Amino acid sequence: MATPVMDKVEAESPEPADSPYITATFRIRRFNPEAAAEAYWEDFQVEIDPKERVLDALHKIKWDMDGTLTFRRSCAHGICGSDAMRINGRNRLACKTLIKDLAPEKPITVEPIKGLTVQKDLIVDMEPFFQAYRDVMPFLVSHGNEPTRERLQSAADRERFDDTTKCILCAACTSSCPVYWNDGQYFGPAAIVNAHRFIFDSRDEAGEQRLEILNDRDGVWRCRTTFNCTDACPRGIEVTKAIQEVKRALITRRF
Amino acid sequence: MATSDVELTGSTAAYSADNPAPLIEPPRARTPRTARSTSRTRTNFELYGWVFMRLSGIVLAVLVVGHLLIQLVLDGGVSKVSFAFVAGRWASPFWQGWDLLMLWLAMLHGANGLRTVINDYAERDGTRFWLKMLLYAATVFTVLLGTLVIFTFDPNIR
Repeated sequence: MATPVMDKVEAESPEPADSPYITATFRIRRFNPEAAAEAYWEDFQVEIDPKERVLDALHKIKWDMDGTLTFRRSCAHGICGSDAMRINGRNRLACKTLIKDLAPEKPITVEPIKGLTVQKDLIVDMEPFFQAYRDVMPFLVSHGNEPTRERLQSAADRERFDDTTKCILCAACTSSCPVYWNDGQYFGPAAIVNAHRFIFDSRDEAGEQRLEILNDRDGVWRCRTTFNCTDACPRGIEVTKAIQEVKRALITRRF
Repeated sequence: MATSDVELTGSTAAYSADNPAPLIEPPRARTPRTARSTSRTRTNFELYGWVFMRLSGIVLAVLVVGHLLIQLVLDGGVSKVSFAFVAGRWASPFWQGWDLLMLWLAMLHGANGLRTVINDYAERDGTRFWLKMLLYAATVFTVLLGTLVIFTFDPNIR
């Protein structure tokens, strides 16, 4: 029987539920080529504030529980693009994903991004990704005399490619693309986004050359507009739209 | 929960720092060499293919829906379709042209779609080549046979 006195005592005692910490299960895809040929899932119980990020949980695991856990991270604030991984089946940056947004009552899965060679745990070989990036000439090409001051551009001209300047080369888009999974020869969304950034830049003079590169067998025509890249981009770039704009430029150039 | 705690099966226990297991690789990866070899064969084929898929899709929507309406819905539905019905339609050059256009567009549209699928999913170069050869042979055979029938159709055949 609950008396008013009993109720008061209960309300004053510090309840464990008041603690901000929860125990979340992190189901991490482990792979160590020096130990076994197959990758496997390993569960870690982490006591953590759900307002913290997945990267904080990974740090907790690496620093306090299992030092062999391997993953990339540099700035840890969503701008270096090192820690793209597949969290609960979606490509995200571990440093921008809050645990409370992931339904932490169920196990949270963390895998390496797909379509690239897994080297250890969450680390993949990014070389094919950067090779595609290099192949679209991601640098300003300009002929003639160099201006003595900066290269001027109107605000409207700058606005034209503003969206694609946001790319941080994290590979979340390219490794979410089903065409890229099946056929690593495709340039991939990230390379096309970075080509778009220069093709539509009024100061650049090699747009024609880049369009020619992307007109290739493995260029923009392999895009099936599945929008996985747009969903995956942690910077909110409209990736599929950028790819479609390159397609449109190729068609209007031709017809 | 260190890696050494993980139960290793007989087949995987032999891997060590000196004898690492093979890495988990995707089927095909881009290398500096692939980029150079493709750049030599630059044509507008993929562009025309892409545009053709869009345009033929629009035309086919009209042709196929019209065809289905005439064959299956209007004037008593499918029960009216017989040798005489087909013979009667093909007596007119308009319906001959309709069917010919539908045959060519549908076959090329479908073949180009399958070509894309094969390019995506066939991992080995040899497999890809032979699957595409099979596809092209089947396409050419069907298109030519259909064209031949439309033009040489004899309604008085016994």
